[in-house]
Amino acid sequence: MPKPVAELQALAKVIRRDIIEMIGTAGSGHPGGSLSAVEILVELYFDFMRIDPKNPKWPDRDRFILSKGHACPVLYSVMAEAGFCPKDQLNTLRKLGSIYQGHPDIRFLPSLEASTGSLGEGLSLGLGMGLADRLDGRRCRTYVLLGDGEIQEGQVWESAMSGAFHKVDNVVAIVDYNRIQLDGFVHDIMEVKPLADKWRAFGWHTLEIDGHDFASIRKALDEAQATKGQPTCIVAHTVKGKGVSFMENNPKFHGTAPTPAEMELALKELQ
Amino acid sequence: MPARTKYELKPGPATREAFGHALVQIGRENPAVVVCDADLSKSTMTAFFAKEFPDRFFSYGIAEANMVAQAAGMAYAGKVPFASSFSAFAVNKGFEQLRVCVAYPRANVKVVGTHSGISIGEDGPSQMSVEETSLACSLPGFVVMAPADEASTKALVRAAAAYRGPVFIRTGRPKAPLIYNGGRRFEIGKAIELVEGSDVTIIANGLMVAEAIRASDALDQEGVSVRVLDMHTVKPLDREAVRRAAAETGAIVTAEEHMVDGGMGVRVAQLVAETQPCAMEFIGIRDTYAESGKPEELLDKYGLIARDVVAAVRRVLGRKRH
Repeated sequence: MPKPVAELQALAKVIRRDIIEMIGTAGSGHPGGSLSAVEILVELYFDFMRIDPKNPKWPDRDRFILSKGHACPVLYSVMAEAGFCPKDQLNTLRKLGSIYQGHPDIRFLPSLEASTGSLGEGLSLGLGMGLADRLDGRRCRTYVLLGDGEIQEGQVWESAMSGAFHKVDNVVAIVDYNRIQLDGFVHDIMEVKPLADKWRAFGWHTLEIDGHDFASIRKALDEAQATKGQPTCIVAHTVKGKGVSFMENNPKFHGTAPTPAEMELALKELQ
Repeated sequence: MPARTKYELKPGPATREAFGHALVQIGRENPAVVVCDADLSKSTMTAFFAKEFPDRFFSYGIAEANMVAQAAGMAYAGKVPFASSFSAFAVNKGFEQLRVCVAYPRANVKVVGTHSGISIGEDGPSQMSVEETSLACSLPGFVVMAPADEASTKALVRAAAAYRGPVFIRTGRPKAPLIYNGGRRFEIGKAIELVEGSDVTIIANGLMVAEAIRASDALDQEGVSVRVLDMHTVKPLDREAVRRAAAETGAIVTAEEHMVDGGMGVRVAQLVAETQPCAMEFIGIRDTYAESGKPEELLDKYGLIARDVVAAVRRVLGRKRH
């Protein structure tokens, strides 16, 4: 049974507050692309994926890979709220010895599926896992979240080509299409349009959704699961910095932490 | 003094071919072994495995970065993946993925490069690999090996499959003389003393092992007692064998079909400097790219034959402290 949307929305607000506090306390990090992906991760971790926080290496679990590793605050917060790792250490983000490293590091947080941060590599990892799962007859599924700037990396298209060729239908690519990357707007740095058509041309069953609407995300994940013989790509239209007025659509907050005053303001907006 | 070991160095198959056959055998014994290749399976000889285990063979096309990272994904999910291409492409084009997807999380991935060095011949420098050992050794936690012949390749590929962690193995295109004839135990990180000697030590790997043996035969005629070590594992280096060579023979020549910079020789030199400083000479490629030609012409032109090893031994003996 799907979780009530109101419950997921309440969780999303908690996650957004965590993200602001973590990055604000650390004094560095990537708030914009963490906030744009909140609904996607909340839907996956609290509603859709077959996972067990008590048994994080359960062989039949579904897997999630944050290929856009710089958005790790959203992943840490969601995993902590789900019970995979301690909530009371979230504010140690980026500090020496913290399990919450600046980019996801499986050596420090073994319940992660992969160490990521060098862009363009996560989909290959996910497809490798999907192929191994298929060989071993496990029914688990792997979800990989990519950034829209990230797909400028050539390896993404090598992996896209191979995912369709090997018919890896237990892997889903989700593109967080928030239209902003570090240096500015994606269309000014290196246009990725027509994004959905590119994935279709590479042989992926491709859907376009509102990446902040839980019902749409759920429906797309259901459709991906029902799609056999080819992998699915969900192009999730999102807003960079979603939920904090002065961060929304503002390239500055791709990789800049809020000041203490901005943090206070943001937390007030997220009450 | 026991009689000096004699080697006939009869013709044998290429080390890449030995790798291809070893993979099939390992595949029969361990169902977790899977193989990834990037449109070179007929050259890397992973085609043997593909034929017997089509379901466990994955073709990635000409896309090494994706191949290496997918092998890592399979390793995370419990497989023992062997990813193979020419050394130049597997390591150079897959280097970032070897770094972040394999070395950093210590994924159980085995990368086997074929067509290493300049002995590939006519195809020329874009296909030759003279840097990859240096690159592979720079990755924390990697085991890096360069076997010399059929028997050692088969044994070390087997050892790599049994070892848990990232491994790179360098193999070659040309036929390799037979050095070992059964009964020998090969261990990762354990050099093999092929010839006993007390005046100087030649430390070689890959196809330079046969040249080192030939050099030692020639020098023996002149009354020079040469020790020959097969340093099949470049990382981790056999610290004790190097220390003993330095302490007991007082002079070392290293020989490898790779750039001297960052290769096996400089790694030996580091150990020598840390343990028992002695005179050293280095046989390898000197800061250049080679060219097209027959393998034997290239090895001759670029100073990688027994003659060059003999000359290096004479130089090092001239500098040795008595």
